[in-house]
Amino acid sequence: VQNTVQHVLLQAEDMQQQIIRETFHLVSKRDDNVCNFLEGGSLIGGSDYKLIYRHYATLYFVFCVDSSESELGILDLIQVFVETLDKCFENVCELDLIFHMDKVHYILQEVVMGGMVLETNMNEITTQVDVQNRMEKSEGGLSAAPARAVSAVKNMNLPEIPRNINIGDINIKVPSLSPF
Amino acid sequence: MALKIVKGSIDRMFDKNLQDLVRGIRNHKEDEAKYISTCIDEIKQELKQDNIAVKANAVCKLTYLQMLGYDVSWAAFNIVEVMSSSKFTYKRIGYLAASQCFHESTDVIMLTTNQIRKDLSSPNQYDTGVALTGLSCFVTPDLARDLANDIMTLMSHTKPYIRKKAVLIMYKVFLKYPESLRPAFPRLKEKLEDPDPGVQSAAVNVICELARRNPKNYLSLAPLFFKLMTSSTNNWVLIKIIKLFGALTPLEPRLGKKLIEPLTNLIHSTSAMSLLYECVNTVIAVLISLSSGMPNHSASIQLCVQKLRILIEDSDQNLKYLGLLAMSKILKTHPKSVQSHKDLILQCLDDKDESIRLRALDLLYGMVSKKNLMEIVKKLMLHVDKAEGTTYRDELLTKIIDICSQSNYQYITNFEWYISILVELTRLEGTRHGHLIASQMLDVAIRVKAIRGFAVAQMATLLDNAHLLTGNMQRMGICEVLYAAAWICGEFSEHLENPMQTLEAMLRPKVATLPGHIQAVYVQNAAKLFATVLKSQEGNTDSTAAQETSQLMIDRLPLFVQSANLEVQERASCILQLVKYIQKLQQKDVEVAEEVSALFAGELNPVAPKAQKKVPVPEGLDLDSWINEPPSESESEDEQPKAIFAKEEPKHSRPRREEVDEKELAKRREARKQEQANNPFYIKASPSSQKVYQEAPGVEHIPVVQIDLSVPLKVPGLPMSDQYVKLEEERRQKERAEKKKKEKKKRKEKRSGRGKKHDSGPESEEDITPAHQVDIVTEEMPENALPSDDDDKDPNDPHKALDIDLDKPLADSEKLPVRSHRAAEAPKSPTEDGDATSQEPKKKSSKEKREKKKDKDRDRKKSKEEKKKKKHKHEEKGEDLLGGEAEEPVVQSEETNEVAAPPTSTSAEETATVAAAEAAPMPEATSGIAPDSEPDEPKDTEMEETKSSKHKKKKQKKEKEEKEKKKKKKHHHHHHHSDGGGEEAVQNGTVEEEEPLPPMSNYCLLAENSYVKMVYDIQGNLQDGSQVVVSVIFENKCDSFLKSMEFNVLDSLNSKLQRPEGSGPHDGLTVPFQLPPGVSNEARFVFTVQSIIMPQKLKGTLTFIVKNEDSSTHEKLDFKLHFTCTSYLITTPCYSDAFAKLLESGDLKCSSVRLEGVNMPFHHLLARICFHHHFSVVERIDSCASMYSRSIQGHHVCLLVKVSAQTVSIDAKCDEPTLLGNVLDEIKQTFSQC
Repeated sequence: VQNTVQHVLLQAEDMQQQIIRETFHLVSKRDDNVCNFLEGGSLIGGSDYKLIYRHYATLYFVFCVDSSESELGILDLIQVFVETLDKCFENVCELDLIFHMDKVHYILQEVVMGGMVLETNMNEITTQVDVQNRMEKSEGGLSAAPARAVSAVKNMNLPEIPRNINIGDINIKVPSLSPF
Repeated sequence: MALKIVKGSIDRMFDKNLQDLVRGIRNHKEDEAKYISTCIDEIKQELKQDNIAVKANAVCKLTYLQMLGYDVSWAAFNIVEVMSSSKFTYKRIGYLAASQCFHESTDVIMLTTNQIRKDLSSPNQYDTGVALTGLSCFVTPDLARDLANDIMTLMSHTKPYIRKKAVLIMYKVFLKYPESLRPAFPRLKEKLEDPDPGVQSAAVNVICELARRNPKNYLSLAPLFFKLMTSSTNNWVLIKIIKLFGALTPLEPRLGKKLIEPLTNLIHSTSAMSLLYECVNTVIAVLISLSSGMPNHSASIQLCVQKLRILIEDSDQNLKYLGLLAMSKILKTHPKSVQSHKDLILQCLDDKDESIRLRALDLLYGMVSKKNLMEIVKKLMLHVDKAEGTTYRDELLTKIIDICSQSNYQYITNFEWYISILVELTRLEGTRHGHLIASQMLDVAIRVKAIRGFAVAQMATLLDNAHLLTGNMQRMGICEVLYAAAWICGEFSEHLENPMQTLEAMLRPKVATLPGHIQAVYVQNAAKLFATVLKSQEGNTDSTAAQETSQLMIDRLPLFVQSANLEVQERASCILQLVKYIQKLQQKDVEVAEEVSALFAGELNPVAPKAQKKVPVPEGLDLDSWINEPPSESESEDEQPKAIFAKEEPKHSRPRREEVDEKELAKRREARKQEQANNPFYIKASPSSQKVYQEAPGVEHIPVVQIDLSVPLKVPGLPMSDQYVKLEEERRQKERAEKKKKEKKKRKEKRSGRGKKHDSGPESEEDITPAHQVDIVTEEMPENALPSDDDDKDPNDPHKALDIDLDKPLADSEKLPVRSHRAAEAPKSPTEDGDATSQEPKKKSSKEKREKKKDKDRDRKKSKEEKKKKKHKHEEKGEDLLGGEAEEPVVQSEETNEVAAPPTSTSAEETATVAAAEAAPMPEATSGIAPDSEPDEPKDTEMEETKSSKHKKKKQKKEKEEKEKKKKKKHHHHHHHSDGGGEEAVQNGTVEEEEPLPPMSNYCLLAENSYVKMVYDIQGNLQDGSQVVVSVIFENKCDSFLKSMEFNVLDSLNSKLQRPEGSGPHDGLTVPFQLPPGVSNEARFVFTVQSIIMPQKLKGTLTFIVKNEDSSTHEKLDFKLHFTCTSYLITTPCYSDAFAKLLESGDLKCSSVRLEGVNMPFHHLLARICFHHHFSVVERIDSCASMYSRSIQGHHVCLLVKVSAQTVSIDAKCDEPTLLGNVLDEIKQTFSQC
């Protein structure tokens, strides 16, 4: 399962899919003990661009960045993003992300805006996400009460049981979890 | 009503939500496409419903489908609908969808301007935030221009959350609308010192991004950044700043010197690897910029290299990779310090990680010397053998060639070795770089004369063993090498030991399986070889040998005459006839060898690849002028079918043939055989050549004998490059020994000499003498060639436009378009003054470019300029300014019609009046542009809104085309945007010929004294029925600084100023900015109102401090805010059928009004009502139009406007008669004023 975060999103759909496929292909065949950078091919915009990714259990988080970003900084940012997801979804698992793609986007939008890093402080991100979620709740949300009941019924025959990623246990060496 | 809601929500229960959709897709793995298409059908149904919640849910699902790669652009309009919902939940869904699906060519984007503007000014910070986030993804040049000022205002928002987003999005705005950079920059700079770390970080981010592209404009910020660097503790900010310094230092070496110390301190002290790494990087940049030779810096280099070595040796692959990356930067200037770590880098070549191997390869490039080249290449060759996967192997191959050929083969001491390396490389399986190897072979053989003998021998062997190269399908790429081999053997055939054997090799039947262009070279060079062979054979007494050679040619050439390749066929048949003629002569015992070789006499010189381009243009030759009369327009139409034909031709000729099915093919073959059998002139071909004839078109179809090559290839007789390494070593040793001997001799000769020094130690580069006396012929260049290398900069780079000088004082003319409209009859129109003040040369030049396109206007403008020049001769401003000035008003008014730049210096005023006199009242007219122009377009759009959305799309497309046509004419187009409520001038799309509208403004004077002037506009807030937003533009009229402005209003029972939580009911609101002299800025205040049916006036006061250099005084200004009933109306589009239903319902009360003596075109009249009173046109038939608007509390207001002679009658209906009466009064007043 892959969660590719494309910063350069303004491509036609087929092009976008091709990029994601190719990226996934590149990233997924890499061992865990090789470096987390991939040099940009022509597909992602040339030599100024790099793919920087992190691998958590069954998920890959891939960022495509240009040379103005610090490589190690982005690795940290991915960590921040994933930890934020963990907080917002309360022990995030793969299925959380699959079923709540919109929420993932909302969280990502608090981290990265229009392809630029917006916020790196996890507390600030979670606070803002929480406030907005509360606003949504007070408005009744998208799925108001009756719809939610149906949803619950539908959920009963869910074939898969969510597997937890449990970020705390994954021991990827973070080179510089410095006081960001 | 209640029942309806319940029913609605029951219906909704069965709609799929996003989770259901995802689950469904996961459960339908086998027939996913089918499942999704049914889902899309459902979504289409849901989008048709009125319930916004259903729509939002549908859009949410669409966003997911878009992510999966489905095209959802058809729902763009629905996305806009959801975006404009008042509920945050839906708005957020809408904006997310927009940010995912919209791109510059999405045509509904232009409908969103007002919605976005409204959201930006929303009192809810998250509405604003969501809008900013969305906008950052789909901002277009138009949006950027229209919203730049709103976003700039948000940069001083009270909430850091908004400030941070606004600051960041400015970068996108700059990219799309470069004119905004200069006006916005001071504030951006201010944000570098924002108290909130997030905002500060965003500002640093934006400026670093800007500076990275055009560093020289940001040098003046260095001290500020230096301060930040030493004070900040935020590693993100530090990293960005340090990276920025890396970009700045090459331009200012003094900065570098200052940086070294704090950076080295950081390197020593920081524990964060990311920061350490960036510090090292910047130190490297500094060291590169400082011209070397400063002794104390070698310590810094050593420190960097040491730290990098630690990184490379780290077990973490990421650090290893980055270490290598940084190393390659040092390599460029300080190769010596890197070369000492060669061991480490060679070790990295063995790494299992490809990224790391590639980086190490890059480093090798700079580390070779004459001394170690062979050794390094030998190592690489080993890797080539071991490498898995063709990509990496190909990379290795190109690197080997790069390394060897760099700087004109500088490091190659033995070209025999190099040739054999190239030959060895031909044995690579599946490489794509046959062409590269071939060009190297050719280059070396042509330019290194001494090596030709050897090269020819090698190439002959290659030709002899050609079957090994072509044997395998996969190896087709490599057969390019044969091209070089054949050419070298032919051209330098005098060096061949056994030309006859090579000639035979070149005429083998198997050659016919090679690609056409190679065959052609084979044929041509066979002829050259033939000439050489004849020459040697005629010297002998035995003439039969020569005749046998001719016979060989005559036997073998027909094979090529039948080639499907035109080039091969033509050459072969020429040469065949020639040889037949020679044979005849030979039979008569005539000596022909001399004459035949004369055909190929002369030597080819290498010509530099750019030589043609560098031929200087002779004086007096204008390449751009027409030789003949330019073709007329109609001719170009005729050309079109030709172009199509030419394009399609190749398509027809080749691949089509393969598509034809077998039966058809067989039939045709039969037919052809028949035909050939009956044709007496047809030379019957051997079976193999027939195959060629039929199937040559595709390389893949060449029948090849499969040879299993599991055993590594060793071309017999080829020397291995390894031998050369040994040989070279021996040779060098010998040389060294000889030198020593000589030195000894010398020493013996003069014992007191200082020769001892040379004795020991490693030999230096210069000591290694090449094995052959190599004379590398330089490539020829034309005489007087221009030395400059053409810059290959991408002309489309958006950052080019951002190369703007930021240190110049800001001219008022550059002010961002505020969304006020210039009042046409205002006594002192701000634009006029603004235009007159200084213009940057840069802007002017860009304008000149535009001007080129506006050929029609050009002459007029020129004459105008000249006129002005005469007028202003006495002024110091000079031509530059005048030039800019002459055009500026025109462009400004064309572009925006909404500039509100305040007057500044009185000195400029004089100039202004003249410029204004020419440009002011009807700008379009003065600009000399046909008045069918732009302002009409958005009206069309608005008009469209009244029709069904499908219809609309079509229309818009048409419109686009039209627009493009106009663009050609005008280059600059603009959506004539009016102010916030969405009120745009409306006009029936058919009336294009009517004259354009005069500019309009809704801003009216609030109060004015000698210090400050306030103009204001009121808009309803669609999202909240009890709120209106008052936008006030404050303009500083004096020479002093205005600060601590406080805006206060005496609330009435009905209307209250919204104050922040915790403040008392009589507290004033602080205006969130200060005003330097001559500057104006806009602030928004939210009021809550209860009843909106009556107009109302509120008294208020503005207090402020006037600060001079020496003193400051407290001043105040009283004002009266007039809330008209109009200001509670919101432009709402209405479809004509809905409008008709509304009128029929009978709930509405009637009223009417008559306006006498209105002397203006009908469409101006309508536009005025739309603009000033927030109406939209529902339908217009001739001189009669129906219009609609809605109040913030949901009252419908319908108008029927008729005009006859100079009388306008307005019949109106509304569900609230008092409101209607007041609105009509206000309309009446509007027209009585003009």
